[in-house]
Amino acid sequence: MAERLDSDVGLELLRTMWRIRVFEERVGELTRADEVHGLIHLSVGQEAVAAGVCSQLRADDAVYSNHRAHGHAIAKGASLELVLAELMGRDSGLCRGVGGSMHLVDVEHGLMGATGVVGGNVPLALGSALAGRLLGGDQAAVVFFGDGAVQGGIFVESVNLATLWRLPVVLVCENNGFAEFTPRSAHTNVERVSDVVAPYDLERETVDGNDVGAVHAAFGRFLAEARGGGGPMLLECLTHRLRGHYEGDPQRYREALAAEEWQELDPILRLQRRGAEEGWLDASTPGRLEQEAREQVEEAVGFARESPFPPASLTSELVYA
Amino acid sequence: MARELPYIAAIGEAVHQEMERDESVLYFGQNLATNDEDPFLKAFGSDRVRVTPISETAEIGMAIGAAFAGYRPVVQLYMAEFMLVAMDQVVNEAPRFHYMTGGQVKVPIVLQAGYGFTAGWAGQHTGSIYGMFLGVPGLKVAVPATPADAKGLMTASIRDDNPVVFFHHYLLTLEHGDVPEGEHVVPLGEAAIVREGSDVTIVAIGWMLGKALAAAEQLAGEGVQAEVIDPRTLAPLDTATILQSVEKTGRLVVVDQSTRHGSAAAVIAAEVASDGFSSLKAPVQLVTALDATVPYSEPMEAYLLPDEAKIVDAVQQAVGATVAA
Repeated sequence: MAERLDSDVGLELLRTMWRIRVFEERVGELTRADEVHGLIHLSVGQEAVAAGVCSQLRADDAVYSNHRAHGHAIAKGASLELVLAELMGRDSGLCRGVGGSMHLVDVEHGLMGATGVVGGNVPLALGSALAGRLLGGDQAAVVFFGDGAVQGGIFVESVNLATLWRLPVVLVCENNGFAEFTPRSAHTNVERVSDVVAPYDLERETVDGNDVGAVHAAFGRFLAEARGGGGPMLLECLTHRLRGHYEGDPQRYREALAAEEWQELDPILRLQRRGAEEGWLDASTPGRLEQEAREQVEEAVGFARESPFPPASLTSELVYA
Repeated sequence: MARELPYIAAIGEAVHQEMERDESVLYFGQNLATNDEDPFLKAFGSDRVRVTPISETAEIGMAIGAAFAGYRPVVQLYMAEFMLVAMDQVVNEAPRFHYMTGGQVKVPIVLQAGYGFTAGWAGQHTGSIYGMFLGVPGLKVAVPATPADAKGLMTASIRDDNPVVFFHHYLLTLEHGDVPEGEHVVPLGEAAIVREGSDVTIVAIGWMLGKALAAAEQLAGEGVQAEVIDPRTLAPLDTATILQSVEKTGRLVVVDQSTRHGSAAAVIAAEVASDGFSSLKAPVQLVTALDATVPYSEPMEAYLLPDEAKIVDAVQQAVGATVAA
């Protein structure tokens, strides 16, 4: 067992994970009701990675996400109202309803880019890292990607360039074992993503991505190094995507986890067990945090429902800056 | 004051002057500064002048990320075809971000890409591929035909807040022309009427401009006065200038080194057919390359490409033909 989690840190991580969990489950319901109407990828089960990483970042640290972006956005500080309004295609959404679920961007909070093409976000993070270094600050860049992105040339090009130029970027792989609909074993002979980058002389670590304390500790070490002029690093988080690749995915390619098995893996329950063992979490707090999250998410649903759709004229207004 | 400069030097002068003027301008590219005497490296240092590996996708993606933070990177890609390996960044990331974020970010990058090197460079180094970028909203496309415009359009491209693909024609590299010293800006989206005439409008792109002007001289000897227009940028396209000219002349010939399907010529013809049909006295003539890959062999290459004789022939057909009232 790692050393005891600081109680403030533990509670904050738990609060964030509950916000993501409740939000994602509600978005699933709204998708089935066709109130959220586009292509949706949920991160239920992977909350510990978003929370463990983003909780340590500042607004001027650029984060890049991918098609499974909601959890990263929430953990990086985006408002639930604005994210949900975006998912419902409203003018009040983060991106005025133009970007949607796969392209959540919140510049104010440093969520710089969620991209829908696997791997497309990795070199963008290098650019943020380079800019930070040229500007002379200590900001770091972070990019989230799945294990499916690693087999693409864009990943190798980016790792090569980031290591060549020693850019302060932390590459965070959410290895959920599935690249869309097929297991990692159908994509590559290299089981661990951290082994793929071995020849490039960068610091790398594989952690249990459903153990938010482990993610938090490993990322914290990397972040401190990046702030001190180091980089790049790769953090591989082994995690589990509880839902399908997208909402509506019949998931014929895998067996559902047994409920008992998920109880063991669930990052929220694991943190709650740890908090109880370490004495910083009383019995009533989890229920209270869940309830708080439900209330916040319902407020966001109300806000989004009342928001108007964007005007048609926005279409041509936004083509050029 | 203007003095003669080759086209390629005019482009370099624009980049150099903008790097002097604005510290946020960066220069990325393969083989960019191969020794310490490189004038860009000497003037601006290795922080701003960055030699990259042969990794177009990472180069362009990194430029986009730096642009989010306020930098203005120019990525020297040498061959337009090399950009094709990075199409996700060129098409899906750079031009879509301003739009998809509801206007939260800008992507002021310039992708400098040489094209059209039809001098025995065969199938993968010779394409005039700008047409495929006209279907990418958010991207601007510059195609200078003269040294002065090359400087002025590069300056405007660097200062623009949008991603710009700056296509320079390899066969114009050493062509000389008067180029203004100091600051020289040619706005993106403004065509130039290079020769005035009353009988037919010839729109000619890039290297084709010189051939169109030569054809116009020959036609003048036959009593046909051609107006020659250089669009200079293809996105945004200055359709208004072309329509006004066609309103005057009633006839349109578009000359484009691209393969016909997907050419800028096809887009220009469609705009005029759609919005200027009542002005037309004859069918629009397209003088383009054949829909085939550019071959290596010199006579085959010539067979495939537009030339002065083909332009003259197309104009004669346009002038000879009349549309029944």
